[in-house]
Amino acid sequence: MIFYRRFEERAFEAYMEHKIGGFLHLYIGQEAVATGVLEMARPGHDWVITGYRDHIHAIKTGAPAREVMAELYGKETGSSRGRGGSMHIFDPTVHFMGGYALVGQPFPLAAGLALAAKYRKTDQIAICFLGDGANNQGTFHETMNMASLWKLPVLFVCENNLYAIGTRINRSTAVVDQYKRACAYDMPASQHDGMDIEVVMEAAKKAIDHVRGGHGPYFIEYLTYRLRGHSMSDKTAAYRSKEEEQQWAQRDPIRIYGDKLKSRGTLDDAGIKAIEQSVHDEIENDVVKFAEESPEPRVEDLNKYVLDDNPDPRWIGPLQNTYE
Amino acid sequence: MAELMYWEAIRRAHDEELAADPNVIVMGEDVGLVGGTYKATSGLYQKYGAERVIDTPISENSFTGIGIGAAMAGLRPIVEIMSINFALLALDVLINAAAKIRYMSGGRVQVPFVMRTPGGTAHQLAAQHSARLARLFMSTSGLRVVTPRSPLDAYGMLRSAVRCNDPVIFIEHERMYNLKEDVPDKEFFRPLEGAEIVRKGTDITLIGYNFSFHLCMQAAEKLAKDGISAEVIDLRSLKPLDRETIRRSVEKTHRVLVAEEDEASVGVGSEVMATVIEECFFALDAQPVRVYAADVPVPYAANLEKVAIPDVDDVYRGALKVMGRI
Ligand SMILES: Cc1ncc(C[n+]2csc(CCOP(=O)(O)OP(=O)(O)O)c2C)c(N)n1
Repeated sequence: MIFYRRFEERAFEAYMEHKIGGFLHLYIGQEAVATGVLEMARPGHDWVITGYRDHIHAIKTGAPAREVMAELYGKETGSSRGRGGSMHIFDPTVHFMGGYALVGQPFPLAAGLALAAKYRKTDQIAICFLGDGANNQGTFHETMNMASLWKLPVLFVCENNLYAIGTRINRSTAVVDQYKRACAYDMPASQHDGMDIEVVMEAAKKAIDHVRGGHGPYFIEYLTYRLRGHSMSDKTAAYRSKEEEQQWAQRDPIRIYGDKLKSRGTLDDAGIKAIEQSVHDEIENDVVKFAEESPEPRVEDLNKYVLDDNPDPRWIGPLQNTYE
Repeated sequence: MAELMYWEAIRRAHDEELAADPNVIVMGEDVGLVGGTYKATSGLYQKYGAERVIDTPISENSFTGIGIGAAMAGLRPIVEIMSINFALLALDVLINAAAKIRYMSGGRVQVPFVMRTPGGTAHQLAAQHSARLARLFMSTSGLRVVTPRSPLDAYGMLRSAVRCNDPVIFIEHERMYNLKEDVPDKEFFRPLEGAEIVRKGTDITLIGYNFSFHLCMQAAEKLAKDGISAEVIDLRSLKPLDRETIRRSVEKTHRVLVAEEDEASVGVGSEVMATVIEECFFALDAQPVRVYAADVPVPYAANLEKVAIPDVDDVYRGALKVMGRI
C-alpha cells in the first residue's frame, strides 16, 4: 500500500509538471480495497476489470508499475502503448482487461469474462471493481440479473466512497447501503469496512471462495473514502466538509495497518521509514525514470491498432474486381 | 449445390461455425429454444445445447456487453439483436467499448465479436421497427460494417465475420430473408472488405447496399430497355468503404447515382458522394444524383410508407435524370 500511495503521489506531481495530461483519478485512501481483494484472488489467472480509477488495480493485478507510469506519460512503452492513458490501462498478459471511462460499462464486460471462464470450465473468476455511483446505471441491474440467472463466476466489488464526483450517495441513491441492492437479484452480498485491509481480506476470501466454488456471483461492498478530489480539477470544498475529510484521514488504511503491525511488534517506526525510503527510491529510479526516458509513440503509427493489423486475407479480402 | 433462402444461408453459416470452433457461441433474445425471430438460429439450441446457444433477457446493452467481454477472453460470440432499432440500447458498449478496445489497449486486446441484426423498412412496421441506422456504425472507427445482399453473400460473409478478429456489425434486412440463391455445398468464405461490381455497364454507375442494391439491379433492367447500360455496384462493406472500386467505375461510366433506404442527412450516400467528388470530380460528365428516403420517421400507413422510402421507379427516374433524359 505504501508503494501504491507513493506511486500516485508521484503521478500527482508529474501531473502538476504537465508531464501527465487528461484526467487523472487518484485512488489515495482506497488502497486497502484493491490490495486486499486481489491479495486473496489469483492475479494473473483471474480476470480483473474496473473503471477509470484503475492504476492500482492494474499494478496489483501484475501490470508492471513502470509501464503504468509510462502510460500516464503517454509513452510507447506504456501499458496501452500510449493509446489509452490514465483511464484505460490494459495488460492482458496478467488478465487485467482494462479501465473504462464510461461509468457502469465494465459490469457486462466482467460478466462476459466470467461467462468465458464458466464455458471453458477453468477455475478462473472475474472481478469487477466499481464505485457506488455506477450502481445507478442500467448495466448494473441488467448484469446482476444475468449473472445471477446464469450463475456466472463473477465477484462485484463495490467501492463505496460515498461520492460520485460531487454528489453524495444519499442525494443520488434511494438505498444507501449498496449491498442491499443485490438481494433483488437473489445474489449473496455483504458490507464491510474498506479501510482495514485485514477486514477486507477476510471478507474477500469468503466471497471469492463462494464464487470459485461454482455457486454463482457475489456482491461485496466496502465502505471507503477517497482522501483527494474526484480528479485533479475537483474542489472537494464544494461538496464536503473539512471535518469529514479529517475524520476519514484518521482512518487512512496505511495508518490503520501500520498501527496494527506496530502494536503486534512486527514493525516499528524505523521499519516503516525504511519501507518508505525504498519505495521512494524504486519509484524514482525505476518507475519514473522508465517513463521519462521512454519514447513517445511514432506519429506514423497513428492508425495502428484500429483494426487487426494482420488480418487473414481469406476472410478479410479485399474482394477482387476486374475493371474494363 | 442447394437453393437456400437468406435466413437459411445464415443458419447454415452459424451451424458450420459452431461445429468448426468450440469458441463460437450465439446469444440473443429468443435465439435458442425458439430459434430466432427470423429463424436464423433454428435448431441450433437443440443441436449445440443451451451453453452455446444462449437465450438472453431483454437487456441489449448488457447482453451485448457480455458478448464483448467473452470475446475479450477469446470466445467468438455472435450476438443477434432482433431489430437494429434495439441496437441503439447497446450503442454504448458497441461504440465506446467494442470499437475502441483494440485501439485503447495499444493493440493488446482484441474483440472477435459479431453483432447480427436486421435493419430496414419492411411491411408497415412503422417508425420504431423501421430504422436503418447503418450510418451510425459506419461513422465509427474500429468497427467493420457489412451488408450482405444475398444468400451466398450472407453465408460466406457470416463465416468470415466469425473468424475475423475485429468487431463486425452484420446488417441484414427484413425484406431479404426470403431471397433465394444457390449456395454450394462446400464451405467457402466471402471477404468482408470490398465492393462488388455485380452488373457491368458503360453509361452510368448505380451504387446501392443492402436492399437498395436490389432496387439498383431492377432499375438497371429497366434502363437496359431504354438502351442505357448501367453498371451496378453493391457496396457490401460500409466500413471500410471500398473507395477504389467506386472511383474506377465512375471513371469508366462518367455518371453516378447512389441509392439508399435511409434518410439523406449524413448518411452512407453522402459519404459515397463525397468520395466521388474527392476522387473523380473531373471524370464526371453529369451531375450525380442521390436517391434516398424522406426525412421523416417511417410512417405506418401503407400509402405513406410507400412514398417515404425509395422504390425501383425512384432509382430508374433518378438514373434518367443523370442521363439527361428527363
Ligand atoms: C456514463 C457516464 N456518465 C457520466 C460520467 C462522468 N463521471 C465520471 S466519474 C463519475 C462519478 C462516478 O462515481 P462512482 O461510480 O461512485 O466512482 P468513484 O469516482 O467514486 O470511484 C461521473 C458522473 C461518465 N464518465 N460516464
